[in-house]
Amino acid sequence: MSQQSIKVGDKPELRYLLRIADSCLVLSQRIAEWCGHGPILEEDLALSNMALDLVGQARGLLTRAGELDGQGHDEDQLAFLRDERQYFNPVLMELPRGDFAFTTVRNFAAASWLRLLWQRLQHSSDAEVAAIAGKAVKEAAYHQQHAADWLVRLGDGTEESRRRVEAALAELWPYFNELFISDAVDAAAAASGLGPAWSSLHADWQAAMEEILSEATLAAPKPSRYVPSGHLGIHSEHMGHMLAEMQYLQRAYPGGVW
Amino acid sequence: MSNPQAPHNEWPLWEVFVRSKAGLDHKHCGSLHAADAKMALQLAREVYTRRQEGVSLWVVPSSQIVASDPGEKSMYFDPMEDKVYRHPTFYELPDSVNHM
Repeated sequence: MSQQSIKVGDKPELRYLLRIADSCLVLSQRIAEWCGHGPILEEDLALSNMALDLVGQARGLLTRAGELDGQGHDEDQLAFLRDERQYFNPVLMELPRGDFAFTTVRNFAAASWLRLLWQRLQHSSDAEVAAIAGKAVKEAAYHQQHAADWLVRLGDGTEESRRRVEAALAELWPYFNELFISDAVDAAAAASGLGPAWSSLHADWQAAMEEILSEATLAAPKPSRYVPSGHLGIHSEHMGHMLAEMQYLQRAYPGGVW
Repeated sequence: MSNPQAPHNEWPLWEVFVRSKAGLDHKHCGSLHAADAKMALQLAREVYTRRQEGVSLWVVPSSQIVASDPGEKSMYFDPMEDKVYRHPTFYELPDSVNHM
């Protein structure tokens, strides 16, 4: 017998938190796919450590989101029992892990974004969110630095590392737009003080990106107008496959624990 | 940094020292491969401090460590065997002195 899916409500504050929680959760799952496949043993551990940090951040926010939703769902139910369209992460987070250059570029972009977000969320009107952010901001700072070092090594490295990192940049660039969308959910969070409007993070993120690309002797691709719609629950073809693997145990063995 | 003894394409080896808390000394806890000092420090953090083992890290290129020759062990260390008087164990300690 398999486990029924759950649905969350549509309160803006809930959706705002789920966009961030799901970003951490889904990116964690993708990074965790490197476990046993890292380019070297030490980096394999570094990526696993990063995935664990992210899942920890997701747990805190999902718990808070469950409380706000008021349907009695805990972090595990929210993580494992929603259907694809009930996840609100930007599509960037769910893209398959790709090669190490792809993972490095995505990790740098995501960590820079999350770091800015957590910095601002430390002053959230929601005390629990502020507390989660206080811990997470240090983790994101490290993730950003670690990815930055690799980005410079790969960009300013061998012919092949450069070719791969350039390909990764070109492929990922259009997906970054979704990290700075504005809509009613976003505006409500900014108005209530729950968290920043994502568009307000763009200038600082862009500066961090340009700084590291220049150090890595890489050029930013041309801007794209494409804006993915993961934040609205409309995902890429990859999301369902990823969730099938991620949710399998809880669906097949409801409530199973370690 | 390059290590002429390392096989082609293999990153140099680094020794890792971890200080478990302020005031204690850094203790050798293992080694790892890394391309340079910056990477060695980050990877040492990933590999050796993930269970809160440390508050400070040192990494040292293994090639920079000068080690005594195991073949000279007897010449180096055996002469100390019969010199127990070098241990400060022949003093009466007052009861109020702790941690000796």
